[in-house]
Amino acid sequence: MVSHPLRGRAAIAGIGNTKRWNAPGRTPFDQMQEAAILALEDCGIGLKDVDGLFCAISSSGLPVLNAAERLGVSVRHADGTMVGGASFLFHLQNAVSALDHGLCDVALVCYGSNQLSAGGRLVSMPDPQPYEAPYRPRYPISSYALAAARHMHDYGTTRENLADVAVAARAWANLNPDAFARGPLTRDEILSSRMVSDPITRADCCLVTDGGAALVLTRADRARDLAKPPIYVLGTGTAISHRQIAAMPDLTTTAAVESGRRAYDMAGVGPSGIDHVMVYDAFTVTTLLFLEDLGFCSKGEGGAFVSSGAIAPGGALPVNTNGGGLSCNHPGMYGLFTIIEAVEQLRGDCGERQVPGAEVALAHANGGVLSSQATAILGTAATI
Amino acid sequence: MSTDPRFGGPGPDEVWRTALDEGRFLLQHCRTCHACRFPPAMVCGACGSSDLEWKEASGSGKVYSATTVRERDNSYNVSLIDLAEGARMMSSVGGVAPDEVRIGMEVRARIVREPEAIVLFEPKEGGAW
Ligand SMILES: [Zn+2]
Repeated sequence: MVSHPLRGRAAIAGIGNTKRWNAPGRTPFDQMQEAAILALEDCGIGLKDVDGLFCAISSSGLPVLNAAERLGVSVRHADGTMVGGASFLFHLQNAVSALDHGLCDVALVCYGSNQLSAGGRLVSMPDPQPYEAPYRPRYPISSYALAAARHMHDYGTTRENLADVAVAARAWANLNPDAFARGPLTRDEILSSRMVSDPITRADCCLVTDGGAALVLTRADRARDLAKPPIYVLGTGTAISHRQIAAMPDLTTTAAVESGRRAYDMAGVGPSGIDHVMVYDAFTVTTLLFLEDLGFCSKGEGGAFVSSGAIAPGGALPVNTNGGGLSCNHPGMYGLFTIIEAVEQLRGDCGERQVPGAEVALAHANGGVLSSQATAILGTAATI
Repeated sequence: MSTDPRFGGPGPDEVWRTALDEGRFLLQHCRTCHACRFPPAMVCGACGSSDLEWKEASGSGKVYSATTVRERDNSYNVSLIDLAEGARMMSSVGGVAPDEVRIGMEVRARIVREPEAIVLFEPKEGGAW
């Protein structure tokens, strides 16, 4: 098989994670700037060398301008694609292409949020939905609840299956000293948690936190001479299926099927070649949907797969090893953190939660209401 | 004027809203492939044709999925309804307790003013549950 021309052409050279999950007195741009500084220091590249800027932020319609001014970077290529929490993996794909074509030499992907300290509610860009608003769905929870209800109807998935996703996430968080929510969490506690929009309880929902994260990417040849071992971008894939949940063709099958296939094709691997998996767990049901759609189990079997213990520590498939959006952090658009954890795992820097010998990781992010899907497959030098 | 006459007059959202205010629930149908489109748009979601026409909805549908939104002292249903014409819309099923709305339930539309006109559904008389 001929290798895809973009496979392994760019690498993640540096990562930044503020780990400030509750930081009053900091703006989203403060979180973003700190993450950018940390990511550049991580690989030993100066701010003045950044010439490609990629960012999205819930509270700003002009994130690239705001970030460029504050960081003082001289931008010759930029991308402010806003497709919700998957935005940063769309940025990643564009950064790989832009680097390969010489449109920029150092790509900085960055994000910041003060969602928790600013009031603890999900902050969304103004985007009125006149065909939904009269019926007062809880946004975005009810949309995911409708998907969960249909999955239960079609495949016999149970609330216990959903709860087991949160139990697994917490078990991983308990191995991560930087996770926001730690401590024991049982299936019964989740099942008896307050119902918000059937079948989704409070405990089926992701956290609300602050946070900031950033990546620095260069072409692979340059990345090899930098401070940290390069983590190569082996494949990327993106897909969009709808904006409002009523326009999603089949609520039990997401466009992750397409984004995943594109990423697998570019990387030249399949699900069985993946050592470590990160999927955006905005709600417990999203983990099930993405494990199915990305081929880690068959359609409809996500519930049984999770309840078998497969994704928890000690299981066959390490999933969301930082604790995920359910137990590590969720600043509103969590997607970038799936990449951060994948890079840390491939570098072997994860301490107690380290996946032994991880060489290939898959990170998957979701945006809107199962609307945008983006998959990235990353690998160590051994995969090149 | 050099505007394209095919796209003259009020836009599709405005046509739909105006009709609903007059008590008519309209749906777009593709003249090319006969697919039904909702919410309104300027192209057919199935084939990409911009040759769409408006027809009054039959009002018949089936619950595709349902959730009960729980507030402190109030609960209400939010459903996705598969309309007989083939499109899907978000709405709410009344006339039955919110958590008694079942996937597959046959429902019928009615227009309610609260005060803005909206389309709600209720279980169809003698419909299959
Ligand atoms: Zn058509």
